[in-house]
Amino acid sequence: MSNSLKIAGREYSSRLWVGTGKGVAYPLMRECLDASGAEIVTVAIRRIPTDEKPGEMLVDYLKGLTLLPNTALCYNAKDAILTAQLAREALETDLVKLEVIGDEKTLFPDNEGLLEAARVLVKDGFTVLPYCIDDPIICRKLEDAGCAAVMPLAAPIGSGLGIRNATNLQIIIERANVPVIVDAGVGTASDAAIAMELGADAVLLQSAIYGAREPVKMAHAMRHAIEAGRLAYEAGRIPRKLYATASSPLQGVVGT
Amino acid sequence: MRIKLNGEYSETAAGTIAHLLRELETPSVGVAVALNGQVVRKAEHDTAVLNENDEIELIRAVQGG
Repeated sequence: MSNSLKIAGREYSSRLWVGTGKGVAYPLMRECLDASGAEIVTVAIRRIPTDEKPGEMLVDYLKGLTLLPNTALCYNAKDAILTAQLAREALETDLVKLEVIGDEKTLFPDNEGLLEAARVLVKDGFTVLPYCIDDPIICRKLEDAGCAAVMPLAAPIGSGLGIRNATNLQIIIERANVPVIVDAGVGTASDAAIAMELGADAVLLQSAIYGAREPVKMAHAMRHAIEAGRLAYEAGRIPRKLYATASSPLQGVVGT
Repeated sequence: MRIKLNGEYSETAAGTIAHLLRELETPSVGVAVALNGQVVRKAEHDTAVLNENDEIELIRAVQGG
């Protein structure tokens, strides 16, 4: 087994964080989460429609898991801050996956808004886990602002494009003094494994599981990919070389 | 009295947040309320008085990444 991950003073054996599947039936969602082995799962915060009938609550299907509320689709610091504060009250957690989005088409983060919201929420006692661009400088600024981790994207949210900038992620991972969670853009198991081999502390994904033809099977695949990638990182890969090195003895070869 | 509830104008007879939540039959757990941009803690729902044109946000967790 690989080493555990510590977030906000608590140790987690799983390094796979999973979303709760927008629009997926609750029982299937729970089956996927169990198959993934995830211990930290994200939820969104939304207004209660006035005509909503009392029914099954999402949180009833998430028992035993650490809930990580997000501020998804907030386009400014003010909305993200209030969303985080409401989430803390509703879910009794100081954790927040902080998102301040800058553009509808790309859903890329707004650096200034993100940093502003992060500073306010850190001061307000939150454990701030910001979704950010794969830029080592914004990651350093977020860390300096007191964020408990940084969550650079691999590719746009829901794109499934995989790791678009492995070298930037590597620089972020090498220089960060807080956990680095690769968030968004993973399309399949190998993408998750690559992120972990680079040294990411965890990967957060959603669409890759729930959008797969067989979501529960993909959740299993992701669990194995994360574990394999982490073990490979801890074991240390061999250096890349251009030419062959024989893997059988050079002496005693039969014949001339 | 007219209030703005989750971005929509709405009429209520409720005088407090607690009263409003009863009126709306809101679940007692897993929800949170903000009054004019400030979160109102559960312990303060009984004493948080509503006034004309107050803006109220009423939320719960939903599925998402």
